[in-house]
Amino acid sequence: MMEAAVKSAQAAKTTERPYLQIAGLVKKFGDNLAVDHVDLNIQQHEIFALLGSSGCGKSTLLRMLAGMERPTSGKVILDGQDVTMLAPYDRPMNMMFQSYALFPHMSVEENIAFGLVQDKLPKGEINARVMEMLDLVQLRKYAKRKPYQLSGGQQQRVALARSLAKRPKMLLLDEPLGALDKKLRQQTQLELVNTLEKVGVTCIMVTHDQEEAMTMATRIGIMSEGQLLQVGTPSEIYEYPNCRFTAEFIGETNLFPGQVVVDEPDRVEIESSQLGNRILIDHGITGPKGMEVWTSIRPEDVRLDRRPPAAGHNAAQGKVEDIAYLGSFSIYHVKLASGKVVKSTVPSSRWYEANEEPPTWGDPVFVSWRSDLPVVLTR
Amino acid sequence: MYNDGRLSWFLKGVLALGYLFLYVPILSLIVYSFNASKLVTVWGGFSTRWYSSLFQNDQIISAVLLSAKIALASACAAVVLGTVAGFVLARFKRFRGSTLFAGMMTAPMVMPEVITGLSMLLLFISMQQFFGVPSERGFFTIWVGHTTLCMAYVSVVVRSRLLEIDQSLEDAAMDLGARPMKIFFKITLPLVSQAIASGFLLSITLSLDDLVTTAFLSGPGSTTLPQVIFSKVRLGLNPEINALATITVLVVGTIVIVANYLMMNAQRKRDKAIAAAMRANDADSQNSAGKPAVSLA
Repeated sequence: MMEAAVKSAQAAKTTERPYLQIAGLVKKFGDNLAVDHVDLNIQQHEIFALLGSSGCGKSTLLRMLAGMERPTSGKVILDGQDVTMLAPYDRPMNMMFQSYALFPHMSVEENIAFGLVQDKLPKGEINARVMEMLDLVQLRKYAKRKPYQLSGGQQQRVALARSLAKRPKMLLLDEPLGALDKKLRQQTQLELVNTLEKVGVTCIMVTHDQEEAMTMATRIGIMSEGQLLQVGTPSEIYEYPNCRFTAEFIGETNLFPGQVVVDEPDRVEIESSQLGNRILIDHGITGPKGMEVWTSIRPEDVRLDRRPPAAGHNAAQGKVEDIAYLGSFSIYHVKLASGKVVKSTVPSSRWYEANEEPPTWGDPVFVSWRSDLPVVLTR
Repeated sequence: MYNDGRLSWFLKGVLALGYLFLYVPILSLIVYSFNASKLVTVWGGFSTRWYSSLFQNDQIISAVLLSAKIALASACAAVVLGTVAGFVLARFKRFRGSTLFAGMMTAPMVMPEVITGLSMLLLFISMQQFFGVPSERGFFTIWVGHTTLCMAYVSVVVRSRLLEIDQSLEDAAMDLGARPMKIFFKITLPLVSQAIASGFLLSITLSLDDLVTTAFLSGPGSTTLPQVIFSKVRLGLNPEINALATITVLVVGTIVIVANYLMMNAQRKRDKAIAAAMRANDADSQNSAGKPAVSLA
């Protein structure tokens, strides 16, 4: 479902020193470990998304980068400068807040100029920069308005302009589009990315919306319970999740627990009681025989047939329990003999191409998949 | 009965009784202030003689001036101290003794005034014995007493306003390079200015009609307006007091009406602007609906 969002990794210049280095960052609130030894390197001009559900520590991590929370231990190095203990007002980073935090008693112009006035820039330069920012977000004719006289989308653009006005080395975005309604959000996502790329600022954004992260970011970091579980491009994270949490959090997947019974360089066989069959994978994994593993197979990789497939592996019989018809495709929920429900995404064209009636509720069907598609997870 | 926009005769009756109970005494007071007779309860024809005798009464004039001075001075002091206290209560992380501080801040509001007055009197007397200051009871001691009381109210009003304000506004100011002092004066203070203004007006009202605390803290030669009225009424009702009360009602009424009008006007302007922004917002989303939707499905 997510391939459309695949982006070329712009962070190709990995040989350079990372622009932002986060090393062993920890934040404790009492006994509660909110951020648990996070290490992360970010290249210049990257748009990096921290993705996780609420309470996973992503916002705390962002607030530590902005200087609003003091890390319990660890280091943050930005462009060669250790900023770990720097006060927020001394950091060359700016933040765009989820609620936008526009100053209600100041006009759009004054809001954008606020940071520049704090830096005591000459008046002419402040005016020039404010105008430049207003043009960037196309709000020139709203310069004299107060924030409450603007629509949600316009407020978001003012907030962006204000956080970019000081030309920060790094922009932090806290749920940048969280306050917009869904229709407006999709349009704004690409608009925001275009603006950020035009400015060329390095960004870290925090979001709980995987679609937003995959559309906007060049790389994504998945967070859960304070830990950074996986970092990669959207396609890497979707196609090669490294743990059960990522596999289930990004998109949908079918997970089968099992034990490795055959482990050879070119094939692995996994005995899964839930599938009632062996899972065959056409490449080796490194792990001892008998190891507990989980096999993840995406619904779009699961093939649905009325007749048993030719290969004995990677297949099972079940009954159609539920069908969600979504127009161009349907999601079939197939209940196996073990009681496990397998989801399969079937394109609507599949049935008339094969000249078959689509299976309906209660029909016996077979699920199967190619042996190069499953991903074996060890944690 | 509810929601159909009409009230039953019973509810109307109760409403009328309530209003009568509240406003008939004030009305009769105004009417009798124009009474020619010296007797308060007997109508002797129309006259404004009590108004002219009021303005010739030095005792009353000096009491009005003293009350006004004290009200203004204690409102100013209460606003400064109360705002700072409210800020600490709303914004500082829990510190050692913060609950005690919060409790002590609001104590003057719930403590019987007799006790506050008496304890302050005892304090001032022993201070006078040991340090020689304050040398006498009067303006200064009343001012201190009123400030203590008003400050509690201001801190409550300011604190609740501060709790309403999105704290990320202050975070944003800090993020943009403002230091804490600057944030307080450039962001926090303008945002709570309405609360401070209402705290100021509240303080003036409280100070103007405070009698109990004042009675303990005033000395010879410093008599406030409520004290004068109270002592006059004890000697028998006096038409001059009616005239004074009428002027007070007039002044207070005018201020309330003007303030209300200004506030309603501002609100209406704001509502209009918000409605305009909403319309712009709708136009925005219609635009986006016209463009090809960006979908990941």
